[in-house]
Amino acid sequence: MADLAPTPNRRDWFAILLLLAVLAVVPPIAEAVGQPFAIKVASRVVVFAIAAVGLNLVLGFGGMVSLLHAGLFGVGGYVIGILAWHDFNGEALHLGPIAYAGTGNLLISLPLAVLVSAGAAALMGVVSLRTNGAYFIMITLAFNQMLYYLGVALQKYGGEDGLQIQGDLSLAGLDPSKRLVYFYVSLAALAVVMVLVQRLVGSRFGMVLRATAQNERRVKALGIPPTRYRLTAFALSGGIAGLAGALMASGQQFISPADMSWVRSGDLVVMCVLGGLTTVWGPVLGAALFLLLELGLSSLTNAWQLPFGLIVIGMAVWLHDGLIGAIRRWVQS
Amino acid sequence: MSAPLLETRNLIRRFGGLVATGDVSLSVLPGETHALIGPNGAGKTTLIAQLQGELPPSSGQIFFHGQDITALPSHRRALMGLARSFQITSVLPDFTALENVRLAVQARQGHSFRFWRQAGADRPLNAEAAEALERCGLADRLHVLAGLLSHGERRQLELAMALAMRPALLLLDEPMAGMGKQDGIRMTRLLAELKSDYAMLLVEHDMEAVFSLADRLSVLVQGRLIATGSVEEIRANPAVQAAYLGHG
Repeated sequence: MADLAPTPNRRDWFAILLLLAVLAVVPPIAEAVGQPFAIKVASRVVVFAIAAVGLNLVLGFGGMVSLLHAGLFGVGGYVIGILAWHDFNGEALHLGPIAYAGTGNLLISLPLAVLVSAGAAALMGVVSLRTNGAYFIMITLAFNQMLYYLGVALQKYGGEDGLQIQGDLSLAGLDPSKRLVYFYVSLAALAVVMVLVQRLVGSRFGMVLRATAQNERRVKALGIPPTRYRLTAFALSGGIAGLAGALMASGQQFISPADMSWVRSGDLVVMCVLGGLTTVWGPVLGAALFLLLELGLSSLTNAWQLPFGLIVIGMAVWLHDGLIGAIRRWVQS
Repeated sequence: MSAPLLETRNLIRRFGGLVATGDVSLSVLPGETHALIGPNGAGKTTLIAQLQGELPPSSGQIFFHGQDITALPSHRRALMGLARSFQITSVLPDFTALENVRLAVQARQGHSFRFWRQAGADRPLNAEAAEALERCGLADRLHVLAGLLSHGERRQLELAMALAMRPALLLLDEPMAGMGKQDGIRMTRLLAELKSDYAMLLVEHDMEAVFSLADRLSVLVQGRLIATGSVEEIRANPAVQAAYLGHG
């Protein structure tokens, strides 16, 4: 019998561990060199990395270009914000027959944020997944804008100005508004998400998802109905984006419709493409590069989008499969 | 005579004014290798697509195992044992040969809502996929990406995927299309081996292969079935000679 070794993915696990380790040492180094601001930047990188890893589950592995993920990110954030608002103002949240006092306890509101954003993704996925290609992009874009304007319309929760979280949030006794708590809680979430997604893409479910992206017709002919797998992946992906938004809202004590604009959805796609679509960890690199470039260039010039755009174009043209492709070639040479 | 495994009754498919399938009543018996021949544009692939469920017929019925499957979606038909290999090679290019076939095995074993265990580490799953590949002559190509296989090898891979479905009936749409002479001979030999284990509906232009493999032939011309019979009967049929084989 021929060799039946599973496809080697040790390199991917190594890359995941390395990325987490590098991120984990940012705060002590930042404090040692007297640059605490770097911790804030790193937190932002981690939170967007979570959202990008979530998006890449459908984008890179499922072949679905979604422009809905900033909206789902925002849904997660608003769940945290709205529950905290009701808790702080002592006014129950009425959802039909249910009245809920709200909470600032993240052990309750974080899982709820994930569930609500995954549910929203599932609902919108049912409609979006009836289409493919450009139509899929347009429908997810439309849904994203619906969520955006829903955020704007929530006058009670700050409307266009966004929702400032006033009460105290807590996560098992930790205060997420503290810089280090926010960073390390987010990093732990990124670790969990990367491990789960890395396992997922090699599982039976992941094989079906990746096969569907390559040749849906073939998958059907083999006896597999693809839509339910794509929909499940879409909901999982939306839940991860919601988790990222919930973490950001908790850490910054603020969420606003600006976080849900479709441009932000596009940014997430760019992060995935910059990092590389074929691995779970590529989008983490992409998120870091994107946010650091944005920060670096905008400190040099007001017209930072111009060099930024040129760099993105250059990378798309010369680096096949983003930073991962460049790293792979460098490792091989 | 035993009941047919697959049967179509008065199957019609129109594309606008064009009748691609014109009142076709065809049957494939259990264990039979039934060849479907006809000139280019006769509607052979259109017919296969309706049998597999990719294309709904305009009217008529399809029975498989005696059950009316006309309205069933293609994945349900696949699970009932109807396996199609495509005329234009349709494999998953970014998967290895083994991963391609593994997906077929996985499909047969029930739902794939399994999120944690690695498919690559599932020994029975891999072993079964490897067995189908070995049978099709790809034992030493298991870990090669399907996109990097030669054309002939991809045709073999198509067949291995169909076999891994443990089908009751193989729908083979030009399994030798685009193959060189050597590959074609190898494929014919392989099909001859499989003939005893599977019923087949074989669409093929290579007449030598068809005449050596088929138990019965049906001839499709402009969407219509003009004759069905044994190799000798078809060869002797004047209508077939006129329409298809040419005089001589």
